[in-house]
Amino acid sequence: MGEFRMPSLGADMETGTLVEWLVMPGQPVQRGDIVALVETQKGLFEIEAFEDGIMGEPLIQAGQTVPVGTVLAMISSGTEAAARMDVQAEPTAAAESPVEGPTVPQTAAPLTDLPGRIACSPSARRLALELGVDLATVRGTGPGGAIQRSDIEEAAKAKESGAAPVVATEKPVAAAPIQPMDAATSAARMRQAIAAAVSRSNREIPHYYLETEIDLSRPLQWLAAENQKRSIQERVLPVALLLKAVAKALRDVPELNGYWLEDGLQVKAEIHIGFAVALRQGGLISPALHQVDKLSIGELMQAMADLIERTRVGRLRGSEVTDATVSVTNLGDRGVKTVYGVIYPPQVALVGFGRIAERPWAEGGMLGVRPCVTATLAADHRATDGHQGALFLEALNRHLQLPEEL
Amino acid sequence: MTEQELRSIIFTELRKVAPECDPASLTPDENIREAFDIDSYSFLRVLVGLNKQTGVDIPESDYGKLSTLATMTHYLMAHLP
Repeated sequence: MGEFRMPSLGADMETGTLVEWLVMPGQPVQRGDIVALVETQKGLFEIEAFEDGIMGEPLIQAGQTVPVGTVLAMISSGTEAAARMDVQAEPTAAAESPVEGPTVPQTAAPLTDLPGRIACSPSARRLALELGVDLATVRGTGPGGAIQRSDIEEAAKAKESGAAPVVATEKPVAAAPIQPMDAATSAARMRQAIAAAVSRSNREIPHYYLETEIDLSRPLQWLAAENQKRSIQERVLPVALLLKAVAKALRDVPELNGYWLEDGLQVKAEIHIGFAVALRQGGLISPALHQVDKLSIGELMQAMADLIERTRVGRLRGSEVTDATVSVTNLGDRGVKTVYGVIYPPQVALVGFGRIAERPWAEGGMLGVRPCVTATLAADHRATDGHQGALFLEALNRHLQLPEEL
Repeated sequence: MTEQELRSIIFTELRKVAPECDPASLTPDENIREAFDIDSYSFLRVLVGLNKQTGVDIPESDYGKLSTLATMTHYLMAHLP
């Protein structure tokens, strides 16, 4: 039995709005399933279940805004589920009479007919939200009157052509209408969220900064040859090499990968890199690329493409904005040479890359011209010292010089 | 494919990555990425889209030849299958 709580989607988040339940009470869920949509200052996020079980009745309804940590629903293990359902349905009776063992079969079907719930598949709910269709106005044609994706599409078409909604069924208690935020409000809230995070960072984290110049001749030559073998869809950008090298260097210097919590450093075994993505409407989000050290360069490029796409259309999972263990920012596209980052608490390091450009390079008594990048490290001095930071940048360079092993 | 048709394909692909920009406002010799603040990832998406729509294979070493509207149109017209 577990409590499904409003997650903290970032150091700066105090409250979140439950936008939509995507799973119905009584439905089995597995760890990692997306069960709800939550809106924060940084946009809309998909929230995953953290354990296997049976979804309980929602304690918080769609449309409600609650503080981080509030229990949204219970997720019960199979045998507990039936009992909990009884308690929810008839609180007084359950309080007096001892709850008997599980007698209700663990199927979702009977529970979907609860009053005030609209029978609707999660993917159809999702679609309704995207198309701005109010579920209460849609007639379901699926089994037991359940609303299907096709019904939503029909309703959206009808709405667009100006026709009246097909049929208005009974208005549910639970479904509060979701007001999409206008762009100006959403941009202002994004600014506030960033402001809160960076203020805390600057107030609490004693940053130190190191920088080094890296010769990228070898890695870029290798990449050019590699990309010649690939179709245009599969080609890899240099940033993928940089990210992979960061992950490998963090394996060498693990103290930079983790959190500073309760006056102590917690080193994390998994390397999830928060990758700063600028949004066209302004602001940025740093969703996490998971286990970067275990991905091939091709896989990493695909994961990055997927993450950038979903960030820009607002389709991130809650875990992706919370579980980064380190961050990378790449301002090279903007012509910047050097970036000194602001660490995202409670992380302890941020790696920055500037523009890849040809620069004079002295080596072996000779002066030449090489494609170079300036790599910087901003690190939390409470967690590490300059020595470890220097070892990290050295390792980063070493891994980049062996591109075929990345 | 006429130059007009190609131009409209280019505009469509640019609008996908920079929806708030108006490609018709570009001058022929303006650097597209700079004008519309398109990062390298989004620019790659534009090229992938152009490859799909026109069938022109664009090797990485030629990316630099597609930086303005004029050179992009010229390159694609010259390489149409």
